[in-house]
Order: sequence, then C-alpha cells, then structure tokens
Amino acid sequence: MTPLAEIRGLHVDFPGSTGWQPAVRGVSLVLGREKLGLVGESGSGKSVTGRALMRLLPPSARIRAETLRVAGTDLLTATPEAMRRLRGARIGLILQDPKFSLNPVMPAGEQIAEAWRAHHRGSRREAREAALELLSQVLIRDPARVFAAYPHELSGGMGQRVMIAMMLAPGPDLLIADEPTSALDATVQAEILRLLDRLVSDRGMGLVLISHDLPLVSRFCDRIVVMYGGRVMEELRAADLHAARHPYTRGLLNCLPRLDAARQRLPVLARDPAWLEGP
Amino acid sequence: MIEVRDLNVRFGKVHAVRGASFTVAEGESFGLVGESGSGKSTVLRALAGLVTGWTGSMSMAGCALGRRRDAAFHRAVQMVFQDPYGSLHPRQTVDRILSEPLIVHRIPDADQRIARALEEVALPRAVRFRFPHQLSGGQRQRVAVARALIAGPSVLLLDEPTSALDATVQAEVLNLLADLRAARRLTCILVSHNLAVVAHLCTRLAVMQQGEIVETLDEAALRGGRATHPHTKELIALSRDLDGTG
Repeated sequence: MTPLAEIRGLHVDFPGSTGWQPAVRGVSLVLGREKLGLVGESGSGKSVTGRALMRLLPPSARIRAETLRVAGTDLLTATPEAMRRLRGARIGLILQDPKFSLNPVMPAGEQIAEAWRAHHRGSRREAREAALELLSQVLIRDPARVFAAYPHELSGGMGQRVMIAMMLAPGPDLLIADEPTSALDATVQAEILRLLDRLVSDRGMGLVLISHDLPLVSRFCDRIVVMYGGRVMEELRAADLHAARHPYTRGLLNCLPRLDAARQRLPVLARDPAWLEGP
Repeated sequence: MIEVRDLNVRFGKVHAVRGASFTVAEGESFGLVGESGSGKSTVLRALAGLVTGWTGSMSMAGCALGRRRDAAFHRAVQMVFQDPYGSLHPRQTVDRILSEPLIVHRIPDADQRIARALEEVALPRAVRFRFPHQLSGGQRQRVAVARALIAGPSVLLLDEPTSALDATVQAEVLNLLADLRAARRLTCILVSHNLAVVAHLCTRLAVMQQGEIVETLDEAALRGGRATHPHTKELIALSRDLDGTG
C-alpha cells in the first residue's frame, strides 16, 4: 500500500531578527489510511507540520525536506496549479474556530455547495442536494434550516459540523484537523470527535488530528506522534500511551490534575535541553 | 465570608442567572462549573461588580453589596481572567501594569512591592520592564496573578485562569495559586469547565446549568462520583471519558 502522506527530514524555518528561526527540525512521518494524532505544546511545530502537508505556509518560510509527498504528489516540486487541484479535492483542512473559517456573509449551505461545485461537475440544484445530504451526514437534524443560516446564527458545534461537511464535499483522502474542538464545550467536543472518527472510518480516509490535548487525542487516534521544539520526541500506538517512555510524553501526562485521585502538587515538567539535539 | 442569596441576572430578554444561592467560608475555595452559557462567569462578574442588572442579595464579610462598590471592596476583591492576552494592557510594561493598583489604592513603596510581587509569582526580575507581548502565555498569567495580589486582597475571583494555557504551564499556574492561597489565606471562587482543575483547587463546588445551580457538592463526592443531579453525573462521566480514566 502506498502511504497517503510521506514526510522525510522536514525542516521549516521562519525569518527572524537574528537569522532563520527553526519551527520544524527534521520531522519524518508516514501516514496511511489511519487516524494520527500530532500532539505538542504551543511552539512545538505541530501546526506548521500540518500546514506543510498542504503547502499553506507563508511565502517567507523556508521549507526543506528529503521527501514531502501527499496523495502521490511531490509537494516540493508541484506547481501552484497542481497544489490547487490537491487542496480540497485530496486534502481537507479543519481549523479551530468556525467563526473565523466560514464566510460570515454567505449562508452555510451555499458555502458547502460552493465547495462541492468547485470539485464536481453539476448544476446548482445538484450542488444544493449534495450540500443537504452532507449536512445530514454530519448529524444535523434540520439540514434545510442550517443550509439557509448564516454562520453567526449557528452555535460553535454547529459551525464546526458545517466546516466538516464543507471539507468532506470534494471527497478528500486526507483530512487535517488543527485543534478542531479547542473552542468548544466538553460535551460538544466529544460529539464532534466521535463524528469525525466515524466519517473518517466510514470513508476510509486518513486523519491528522493536531492538538495540545494528549489524553483527548489518545481516545480518538490509532497512533500518536509527540512533538517538542520542532522535533518528534516519541511515536507510539494510542493504546500504549500509558507505557510511553519519553520523559517529555510522561511529563505531559503527569502534569494534568486528575479527577480520580487528589494530589497535593502537580509535577512540573523539567525540560531537558538534550531533547532538542541528537538524531 | 461570601454569601449569595437568590441572585438573578437578566441581559435584556436573556435570564442568565436564575436564583443562584451559595455561601463560601473564609479561607475556603469554591468552584463553579458548567458548560458555556450556564451562567457561571456571570455569577462571578456580578460578585465583582462588573454586571449591573442583578437582583437578590450578595454580601461579603458581613456587609451587603450594593450596586456601586467602594474603594475598600475593590481592594479586597480581585479577579484573574481567562485570557492573559486580553487582560493585560498591550502598551504598558509589566512595571506599569503592576503599579496601577498601587496608584489607585494609594499604596506606598511601589518599587519594593512590585519587586516582591514578581518574586512571589516566580517571575525573573528582567520581566519587570518588558511588554506583555514579549512574555509567554504562562508568564503573562503570572503577571495577571501578581496584579491581582499586589493590593493585598482577601478574596480572589478566578475565571477559567488556566484554560488558555498548555498543560505543563497549567500545572505551574495551579501550583502557584495553591501556594499563594495557603500563604495569604485567600478566599477563592474558581470558575471552570474542567472538573479536574476544580477538584484540584476547590473543596466545594456548585454545578450550573442554564443559569441555575442544580447541585452543590464537596470534593470527595465529586471524586467519588457521588453526584445526584443527572447533569453533574453527565459532566463527571464525560470528564472521565476524556481523561481516559473511565
């Protein structure tokens, strides 16, 4: 089986006041049709890695890699036209806050229909029907009402469902979800993740779930990649999270307050400078 | 220390808080949990005097709280907000941010107090003349805590103080709050959607749903899962599920 995405030796640098500032430093990943969790704190390079998979980094960024290949396309040499064909059609991106990622002056359903028409040939009516069908697939009970609603008339969870429906419209192979539930309530968060989980499994897609929340990610992914300082610290099966070996992963797990047991003090993570060096 | 009786808050047609009542003893930490829109932050803001259209009665240290609060109240009650990016003045240095409460309350020895406040929240001295954007999220929240404590309050109102922070930084800020609370014998009210965070800091808590307090329970009952209201049970089950401890 050819992998959906293959990253080897990815380096991304941004220009800073004192020369290049590294954001990603030698990350290698191979992704199949699975759910992969990319976990780390702010500044760990997890989002930049996700964006690199869509080549959605600012022009000032410097990207170097031995291999950067998604759905059979070499991102290092692809033309802007090839990238446009890839984005949306083969890879979808879901961002944190639907308030900012949906067009505020266009009804939600029209935005889904537009996404569908950009990648399928069909009439307006077919696009409308496809959009309504997608809305019901993301478990919206009254698709016609949500179709006509503007984003500000929708709750956060509803907006995120619209966003997911829009990303599914072209039928991509890979979905990148960057903190898709961080702006939502815990109950809604669980609903959205279960929905994503089911859609990805049913459609046989690959999912990259980018998040700072290690326990949450381990509940919904098959495999977890833990990043720190632009590097991969540890890669493990989600089911083996409790057996994580790397002190950083262990530190991330240990510093959380727990509901089942009281603790006087929360252990604070001691960061080892050696984590940023070596192979 | 704090007593709230039959508090109602209306914003136009929206009845945000419906008949909330609770008491907090001196030196106690009390939690308010619920989903967004449950009214938990509004209760806190009404206590702080940041919300006007309320009815019912609230008292602090035996004195009834009116519509307008005096300088002594504002010195005794301080608040820490969720977002350290939004709650610090972007064009003021940390030194300036921390001197503001001292000027307002006419507290002398600003120089020493600011140095001590920074030390108390474990910030390096160099931070004093930096701007908020030059600090990390955790350092910013420490500045917000230092600002709240510099006038020597007896009550600390915390509105989701760690929700915007990474897990490791959250641990540092929670430890800091626990230490300061013990050292200064503070009475705290903590608003959070995270049950584990509330259980860590608070001995008692109220669960809110659609503006109403549906249940008040203590830390042991929360940890032991001995809740009676279905909404509380739901929140506990969800928290365990997402923790991976379910």
